[in-house]
Amino acid sequence: MVVPTSAAAGLDAAAVRADFPVLAEQVHERPLVYLDNAATSQKPRAVIDALRTYYETYNANIHRGLHALSERATAEYEDARARVARFINAAHPHEVIFTRGTTEAINLVARGWGDENVGEGDEILLTEMEHHSNLVPWQMLAQRTGASLRYIPMDVEGRIDLQAYARMFRPRTRLVAVTHMSNVLGTITPAAELIEIAHQHDVPVLLDAAQSIPHLPVDVQALDADFVAFSGHKMLGPTGIGVLYGREALLDAMEPLFGGGSMIRVVELHQSTWTALPYKLEGGTPNIAGAIGLGAAVDYLQTVGMPEVTAHEHELTEYALNLLSDLDGVRLFGPKDARDRGGVISFYVGDVHPHDVGTLLDADGIAVRAGHHCAQPLMRKLGVAATARASLYLYNTAAEVDCLADGIARAKAFFE
Amino acid sequence: MTLEDLYREVIMDHYRRPRNRGALDDANVVMEGVNPLCGDEIKLWLNIDDAGVITGASFDGHGCSISQSSASIMTEAVIGKPLADAHAVIADFRGMMLDGDAPDELRLGDGVALEGVRKFPVRIKCAVLSWNTLKLGLDEHAAAGGQRVELQHSES
Repeated sequence: MVVPTSAAAGLDAAAVRADFPVLAEQVHERPLVYLDNAATSQKPRAVIDALRTYYETYNANIHRGLHALSERATAEYEDARARVARFINAAHPHEVIFTRGTTEAINLVARGWGDENVGEGDEILLTEMEHHSNLVPWQMLAQRTGASLRYIPMDVEGRIDLQAYARMFRPRTRLVAVTHMSNVLGTITPAAELIEIAHQHDVPVLLDAAQSIPHLPVDVQALDADFVAFSGHKMLGPTGIGVLYGREALLDAMEPLFGGGSMIRVVELHQSTWTALPYKLEGGTPNIAGAIGLGAAVDYLQTVGMPEVTAHEHELTEYALNLLSDLDGVRLFGPKDARDRGGVISFYVGDVHPHDVGTLLDADGIAVRAGHHCAQPLMRKLGVAATARASLYLYNTAAEVDCLADGIARAKAFFE
Repeated sequence: MTLEDLYREVIMDHYRRPRNRGALDDANVVMEGVNPLCGDEIKLWLNIDDAGVITGASFDGHGCSISQSSASIMTEAVIGKPLADAHAVIADFRGMMLDGDAPDELRLGDGVALEGVRKFPVRIKCAVLSWNTLKLGLDEHAAAGGQRVELQHSES
């Protein structure tokens, strides 16, 4: 395990790296340089062990059995919920609904809240930099109900025009659904201000925190957020587990998306009644192992310290932006100033296609993403079909950023 | 697996100095092929004469080196060929890329150089985009009784 460090001492990257078995792997006979963290993060041994311990020692279904294993599994599952609630400072553990991930969390709101509260002529405010998972569910809702989508003005670096945003509210504005950190530009949006302005108009806000919660301390009560969606696998946890945080009153008023086991109070032949939160919104046997793994991931992040994680990534991002912007012919997207952004760095190398860049970097053992990053409208705004993207996390080092810069220079030379 | 398998000299040559690039006057088959997953785009112009011979072929587009060089190689492989021979070349290429079949190397020409792409499974779709687009164009041209056709093709 990592030795807790003070904020002043910073994060001990070598100690952190030793906790992640996959980081010792070789790729194409080169040490793995994993810079695809915005797609998914690697897992520390503590998370892998939590999964193994569950399956090897107390695998059972939850909230059903009266036997010892079921009781332990239930306790661990609910403990994970409580830990996630503390991690984001939710007022109650039952405001944390476990889902498959961000996509399911947002769809749950679009169906369970949207179908009840959004109708013909109503409006939903979004930005053009939303990931498809915070765009397509609202398009589907708009198509079902006759509502319309309006886009908050922003520049090509993803900076939102707050004054123009404040003027967008009209009597039929029902929801603001906005990213907390762009998965392409790295831009951190002014969530507190966005929420405050929306609340002045009694409009709730859904925050897509898939890219922010893994990397920044996020306090849902301080933000006064209404809905917050995020994924476990981007924050050191397993795939297939994610969270919808919702204010109690909003979740209470929501209709379930999935009818079935666990979510009922009384079932009769022709009708049923729903049970209380959080189970009302978690129909069926949940991803028990996943939730327990996410609980372990949250513990790990808190042991390292989220302020330390943020500071480490900020330092690396600044280093990477400086290094890459000095490279001839490399175009960087997103804010130039590391203060406005997280460690997601999209770039274009000369006129080399991002897929070629990705393949060449892979040959050096460097894992980046190349493509449209599930953000096609943003790609159109940027005037590119695709970008290459390097994304950092707590275990990355300046030496790895150097590898990336060298790899980019080699890729450029290769295609010239 | 080495980069040289993917980026053979022949491929890089077609990428840097594409052959038959740009619109073709009097084309009677005009095709657009896109790969929505990666954004590769190919526009293809063919001139097929009354005797069923491809007298001209050209392309334009943007995308990765593999997609663009493959289109360049393809135009060279089919220009001057009767339709039946063009279909045989397409079958050679697609068989090589998708099924690992040995192609008729003489018939396929520079296309043989793309065989190494098979070692990079995610890049196969880049290589076959233009060939799938051509195949559809020829099929539609035949179905239209030799009339002018203009079509869009999207990889799924």
